[in-house]
Amino acid sequence: MKIIVCVKQVPDAKDVRLDPKTNTMAREGVQSIMNPFDRHAVEEGVRLKEQHGGTVTVISMGPPQAEAVLREAVACGADEAVLVSDRAFAGADTWATTYTLGKAIENTGVFDLILCGKQAIDGDTAQVGPGLARRLNIPYVSYVRKITGYANGVIRLHRLMDDGYDEVEIPLPGLLTVVKEINEPRIPSLKGKMKAKGLSIRTLNAADIEADVDSIGLPGSTTQVVKVFAPEFKGERAMLEGTVDEQVAQLVKKLEPYL
Amino acid sequence: MLRIDIETCIGCGVCEEVCTFGAIEVVDGVAVVNEKCTLCGSCVDSCEAGALSIEGKDKAVQADLAEWSGIMIYAEYRHGKVAPVSFELLGIGRELADQQKVPLSAVLLGAGLGDAAKDLIFYGADIVYQVDDPVLEYFTDEIYGNILEDIIREQKPEVVLAGATAIGRSFIPLVATSLATGLTADCTQLVIRPEDGVLLQTRPAFGGNIMATIECPHTRPQMATVRPRVMKPAPHDPGRKGELIDYRPKAERMQSRVKVLRNVLEEQDQVNITEGDIIVAGGRGLDDKKGFELMRQLAEAVGGAVGASRAAVDAEWIPYPHQVGQTGKTVNPKLYIACGISGAIQHVVGMQSSETIVAINKDPHAPIFDVATYGVVGDLYEIVPKLIEKIKEKRG
Repeated sequence: MKIIVCVKQVPDAKDVRLDPKTNTMAREGVQSIMNPFDRHAVEEGVRLKEQHGGTVTVISMGPPQAEAVLREAVACGADEAVLVSDRAFAGADTWATTYTLGKAIENTGVFDLILCGKQAIDGDTAQVGPGLARRLNIPYVSYVRKITGYANGVIRLHRLMDDGYDEVEIPLPGLLTVVKEINEPRIPSLKGKMKAKGLSIRTLNAADIEADVDSIGLPGSTTQVVKVFAPEFKGERAMLEGTVDEQVAQLVKKLEPYL
Repeated sequence: MLRIDIETCIGCGVCEEVCTFGAIEVVDGVAVVNEKCTLCGSCVDSCEAGALSIEGKDKAVQADLAEWSGIMIYAEYRHGKVAPVSFELLGIGRELADQQKVPLSAVLLGAGLGDAAKDLIFYGADIVYQVDDPVLEYFTDEIYGNILEDIIREQKPEVVLAGATAIGRSFIPLVATSLATGLTADCTQLVIRPEDGVLLQTRPAFGGNIMATIECPHTRPQMATVRPRVMKPAPHDPGRKGELIDYRPKAERMQSRVKVLRNVLEEQDQVNITEGDIIVAGGRGLDDKKGFELMRQLAEAVGGAVGASRAAVDAEWIPYPHQVGQTGKTVNPKLYIACGISGAIQHVVGMQSSETIVAINKDPHAPIFDVATYGVVGDLYEIVPKLIEKIKEKRG
């Protein structure tokens, strides 16, 4: 099975803050990490390879430093890595991103399966997986939490729904986006780390993938950011005082309308 | 790319301050851009000297932009009923339609729909496009996507909204990509700019730490998924009249490469914390799994459901369906009691619209108190049992 896993380098979202006064992102100590959902996609790809044979290629669109997440994926068992990088890609929304990734994947040759994390923790859109499948005209399933079988070119799986799950079959080539429940990602092995260190990463720019300049980056995007701002909260912040018993008594009184 | 005219730049540093991404630095009296630039354009507007510009021609404006008119919502239907988010979409959809003086339509897909379309009309739809077909019993991205795409192409609505549910977030990106138009996920606020009819779509990003307002200026329709439980449902008016159209999809559009074998409802997933009036939620401050036993007792005493922060779910003290927040559910009960929850933004965005919020936390500086109506500082293991006792006394 020839497997492609899409990974994204993201700022660790839990550390990102916007200073409400200056509207500036507090960036001290914000680390760049592999999107957590993508780690599960890499792991699932490596497991499928171990069970059914084949190769795992990780691909990332991003600035040159996104190379770090590709090496991390190789350390965790992926075989090859492709970085899709060009200043012209900057400012891409999900529409321009799926176009770019689609062209890059076409450029890297045939595949059986594409795996993505269900969403990236910076944008939280969950749009790139389904959009990419559409670009490549392949079927897809989102929110996959378990792969239960693979035979005769068909993967059988469980797709998470709001009220349970669906048992689904998808013929390959196809695309899956995975949720965290699907597996527990492994720690990179020493051998993997050595391999990752020495690996030469193939880099593709806009010309390499023969991208239409009107379809990439900010100019190719259908959506634009008008503004960013810090969320506002409206708490009354009435702190109760006194001993625990007194506080509890006050609280029960306040909550009377609800009891 | 961002172009900086070094002749015009006065090196004032305003752009450096304004840049959210740390992509501009003033070096030797001139602004310099680095690779962190996302071309968001904030700096261009802030530059008084007019030294900054974003290069690259604007995307070509779709030729028939002005022909797209009307607001359309996708009404999700599952297990014999319309999903609640559909009525919320009709609420916001009605507002937008009235502002634009255009009709509000709904697309209803499923098998055995019964009178569901009537309900959509009672809740504000002017037109319902319905496909009632056994093929639609199970959700498949392709068939649902094909039908919605075809109806949109024929009807040309200026705005299309869907719920940010597992289904909506899965197949709406397919539809938007097929239509070559923009899509904004998980919106919490939607406003139409009166001057040009552009939909301003506001949504949380970076785990809720940042809000972003997005527009789709050059293509139609403008598409958005909307977080459940954020918009107010439209009022129910059983006297309302509307038009029901049985839409006939072409046979080749009713094919899916993905096959759904069966749907399994999970008991744990039936925990519906979004529907009750009271939620008692626990977080990392519970210290271990047993803390949720206490949460259940309190929930029982007040007649509420049990919620949890991401930290508690990540620690596997309670399953995911209980999670409240950016990556969990959005709730707006009448009363929300947060126990041992620090109040990380990603949690707060999911519960801040609750009518009354009680926070119990041992850390007086915990950010949860900033959103709380009433705050109690102290050991929850001391406070909560007493609270349960008092409430039981009260209720008899």
